[in-house]
Amino acid sequence: MWQATHEELRGFGFTIVTVALDKSPEAARPWIEAAKPAHPSLIDTRHVVADLYNMVNVPTIVWIDARGRIVRPNDVAFGTDTFKHITGLEAAKHLGALRAWVRGEAAPLSEGRTRELQALPTEAHQQARAEFGLGQWLFERGRAEAAARHFERAGELAPHDFTIRRGTMPMRGIDPMGPEFREMLGAWTKAGNPYYRPLPE
Amino acid sequence: MAELGFTVIDDGRAVEVASAEGVERARHAQGAGRPVAIDLDERAAYLGVAASVRARALASLEAPDFTLPDLDGRLHTLSNHRGKKVLLVAYASW
Repeated sequence: MWQATHEELRGFGFTIVTVALDKSPEAARPWIEAAKPAHPSLIDTRHVVADLYNMVNVPTIVWIDARGRIVRPNDVAFGTDTFKHITGLEAAKHLGALRAWVRGEAAPLSEGRTRELQALPTEAHQQARAEFGLGQWLFERGRAEAAARHFERAGELAPHDFTIRRGTMPMRGIDPMGPEFREMLGAWTKAGNPYYRPLPE
Repeated sequence: MAELGFTVIDDGRAVEVASAEGVERARHAQGAGRPVAIDLDERAAYLGVAASVRARALASLEAPDFTLPDLDGRLHTLSNHRGKKVLLVAYASW
């Protein structure tokens, strides 16, 4: 999904790094093998990156400059329009902004604006991530039922975090595209909450 | 000597300790303001990272560093790309 963009811009001192928030390398393998990425394509079964960057859904993108500084905080963007009919989000707008930044034609967000747009985690959310972490550790050890209890508790503590609520469905024997997901999504959006939260214009 | 068999996962690393020590470490971490998930039946506790610690790191705008494997198990570290602009993309199959 991102390989074409990586190829296009790699000559400008740029790389893409993708991270799969999946239950196992095997869950991500078909996607990665189909994409044949030339960029690092990493597996994060324990949601290390979601915790470090306070990510709450996928896809989430972050721009990091050559000094290792965040110059665009968590945003929603797709590499292609494959899912546009479902998400309503077009790839082109972000890709245009990314190109301009990478080629040095446009400045990224200022530090002040970047901070303004950052969402910071709450204590309840970090408690949810601890519950997720324990659940994930139990799941890795074949303790699926015990794991599910902690995943459910995590979802109650952080109802806006779909890396937890949806991302743990495959570890709870639930189809993450199935009726239980649609029911969860319906309840969430009916209450006036967006599933995707792209940065404001 | 007390029997081991209680696992404390701290900073992503699991160590086995005696139950009393495990519970004590969990309580101590909680007292220090860290989020703690504990399961006495499963004899395990996960010590997480406080919201204030994460918030401070993010607000500094230094991109938090991490090391993760690819499909072949080869480890990659974000900061090894220093000198390049990076688009970090988190996605999933779900």
